[in-house]
Amino acid sequence: MEKLFKQISKTITTELQTGEHLGLSFSGENSTFTRVNAAKVRQTGNVDEADLGFNLIYAGKRCSGSVSLSGDLNEDLSRARAELKRLRAEVVQLPEDPYMVIPDSQETSMSEKQGSIPASDDIPEKILPAMGHVDLTGIWASGRIYQGSANSAGGYHWFASDSFSLDYSLITPEEKMVKATFGGTHWDQAAYESFLDESINKLKLMSLPPKKIAPGNYRTFIASAGVADILSMFSWGGVSEAAIRQSESCLGKMRNEGKKLSELFTLSEDFSSGFAPRFNGNGEVAPEKTIIIENGELKQTLVSSRTAKEYGVESNFASEGEGMRAPSMAVGTLKEADVLQALGTGVYLSNLHYLNWSDMIGGRITGMTRYACFWVESGKIVAPIENMRFDDSIYSFLGDSLEQTTDTAHVNPDVGTYEGRELSAIICPGILLKSFSLTL
Amino acid sequence: MDLNAILSGIDVRADWIGLRYVKENTGFRLVRDGNPEANTRESKQGLMVEVLVNGQFAYYGTSRLDRAGIQAAAEHAVKMATAASKFSLHSFGLEARPVAKGSYRSPYQSAADAFSPGELSELLIKATKALKVSDKIVTTNSMARTVETESHFVSSNGSDVVQQYLMVSADYSAIAHDGAITQKRTDGGLLAKSFQKGMEVFNESDVLDRCRNIGAEAVELLSAEECPTGTLDLVLAPDQMMLQIHESVGHALEIDRILGDERNYAGWSFVRPSDFGKLQYGSSLMNITFDPYVENEFASYAYDDGGLKAEKEFLIKEGLLIRGLGGMESQLRSGLDGVANFRASSWNRAPIDRMANLNLEPGNSSRAEIIGSVEKGVYMTSNRSWSIDDYRNKFQFGCEYGKLIENGKLTKTVKNPNYRAISNPFWRSLKKLGNRDTFEVYGTPFCGKGEPNQIIRVGHASPLCLFDSVEIFGGA
Repeated sequence: MEKLFKQISKTITTELQTGEHLGLSFSGENSTFTRVNAAKVRQTGNVDEADLGFNLIYAGKRCSGSVSLSGDLNEDLSRARAELKRLRAEVVQLPEDPYMVIPDSQETSMSEKQGSIPASDDIPEKILPAMGHVDLTGIWASGRIYQGSANSAGGYHWFASDSFSLDYSLITPEEKMVKATFGGTHWDQAAYESFLDESINKLKLMSLPPKKIAPGNYRTFIASAGVADILSMFSWGGVSEAAIRQSESCLGKMRNEGKKLSELFTLSEDFSSGFAPRFNGNGEVAPEKTIIIENGELKQTLVSSRTAKEYGVESNFASEGEGMRAPSMAVGTLKEADVLQALGTGVYLSNLHYLNWSDMIGGRITGMTRYACFWVESGKIVAPIENMRFDDSIYSFLGDSLEQTTDTAHVNPDVGTYEGRELSAIICPGILLKSFSLTL
Repeated sequence: MDLNAILSGIDVRADWIGLRYVKENTGFRLVRDGNPEANTRESKQGLMVEVLVNGQFAYYGTSRLDRAGIQAAAEHAVKMATAASKFSLHSFGLEARPVAKGSYRSPYQSAADAFSPGELSELLIKATKALKVSDKIVTTNSMARTVETESHFVSSNGSDVVQQYLMVSADYSAIAHDGAITQKRTDGGLLAKSFQKGMEVFNESDVLDRCRNIGAEAVELLSAEECPTGTLDLVLAPDQMMLQIHESVGHALEIDRILGDERNYAGWSFVRPSDFGKLQYGSSLMNITFDPYVENEFASYAYDDGGLKAEKEFLIKEGLLIRGLGGMESQLRSGLDGVANFRASSWNRAPIDRMANLNLEPGNSSRAEIIGSVEKGVYMTSNRSWSIDDYRNKFQFGCEYGKLIENGKLTKTVKNPNYRAISNPFWRSLKKLGNRDTFEVYGTPFCGKGEPNQIIRVGHASPLCLFDSVEIFGGA
């Protein structure tokens, strides 16, 4: 694939006419998906696709497009030329774009991560027998993901990575569930079976009779996977400089009114884990680490070059949507073994579900508890709870209510596949809250 | 591309082979504050080869469309089906892929190229200017999205279905700001104006009138009172009913959810197979239909992606649950009656049970009768926040704009209106149902579900509705 992208980008950029600037992006995957319900195969298949994206700038105007690639150089060059022709015909008709950014990065990078993954037709035999008689539902996804970027200034980046994940829920006959993800780059059958056994053991805790709790404010511990769900909200009306400027950010109160979160809360964009490439769709390379909120104070936002030009600020080469590509939250001092004792009496939440802003500007998030969530009394798990709705503001539960953060940051891989298999992960600890509002 | 010739040239040992070719061009234009933000067109094409071996389906989606590529895809799919068939959840036969022959074409007046890129950009720029009715409007957006899709499905048991769609979505929004208060108004909720129509939706005078109204309402919200907190009557406009139907009826009735396929992602359902024919889902005013033939509704079609012919069906009649949202695979697995809703988002995803056009049929009450019957309540319109649990029970929804209803009259405007409830009790509290004059059609391009994930288009239509005694509250 890298050879295909290199040849197309080299050919197309040499065919540009005077005054034209072009950015090209490549995204592709060869993925196996096996969907499991009740520890049996529900659906299985493979997806082999690649797309070439264009960003054409001419005479202060800009338009973009993309075409599917076939993998055959001649056919794909023909498609690429046709798309360039279409863009040329369109761009001259458009109004000038005062904030368009001419791609000028000449940086290059290359990263290929070879893994060891079972062949597509071996996967059922590798993953299903170990599930035994447990009710398991989930999705296996594996294969190679490709991303590339090139521009008419000479910049060129390539990133390819093999990976696999089995994201699953285990379910008791009483419909209590435990969630886990086994992922990596090199398949290890023994490690997989051990990991699955651990999940099955956790499921046994869920067989206790459930407790129904009333709406109200509770001392609460949210485990790393739940915190990851909360942090993902910062990419939607949160850390984006453009969103703050355009009055569509929960962090506007920090910028405009001097509001602060807890000193215990530090959030960074940190690419050092290597899950996601540092280059964006324009081929610009972000700093390895950008601290966004440090000890509760807003220090920096994610700024794309377009936003930088519009508002006269410095770009940190964020993606065009200015969402986080490598979120990482700083750890604290609470040992994981001490979590229940520190919680005392309250609610332990392992996962959250279906978060949305109930008041974005006010920083208020609503969502549901899900999976292994427990009522804890005097440091001991008493019973799983029936799922509850929460509705609370980050300025409260990540503010004065944040009592401690755990001393271990867990990697929560993004197993999303809407636009294709995701590459990123959210790295964060668990959080202990003095109060969290459960409403229904 | 001669799909039947390609099909006949495939040489594999399978009990059934299907080919589904999809080509889709998605155009998107966005103008913010009078300047272009995006002018883009995404063009995707590819083919899904699906095979049935030993009762197990497997697929291979490929963008490599030459004969060798398609043959390789078929061979790979056969290997995967063979390997998976030792662990099949259900053993399917050919009845899962009924023979279908036919075609469908979206109804529209003006084709996608009726506006040049320059003309459409000019209209969107004018729209942002119309939205800025005051200095308190700090951000204006106008967007247009066009999707042209061609789908061709052929199979070894004789199916041959061509469906061509033109889908247009538009939205206009204004953000107003004053001191510490920020309020946003859109054109009925983000991209709620999504239809199978042509470029006739971009009628300039109509667009500019709507934009001026959106801007004025955003400013109006700045000085509005907070929505009151309490248990009050709730009147929902059709643009919010779209979301209400979608989340608390549609997803709950998907048979693949009921069968547990989605338990690791979108969730399960409070509805059980034994509930069909027995569960009183809502009040006797509630009639929910799956109707793929409402003119211009966003998810109209003639056949689903498994080849099942689409027909109008009642899912809930006079409040009683009678039928689920499940295509042939779900019907065979569950033994329940379903509908033709086995749909894939594109060539690179396998079909699953999806909503399509799912509507609340109109009743007999006029708008005046509904508002006039409320002593104290809140009218809410245009969704801005949505969240519901994995069983589709406990929901909390928020709207952009509200009005108090006092002694049978709409009075003060209120900001940040929200409500929360549980699905069945909520629908059983449906007290009055608007007549056909209050009935409006909406849609959204963004319904997410499935593993691997799929975004698909759905349509929802509803009259104005009155619900009795709902928990209502305001903002932060």
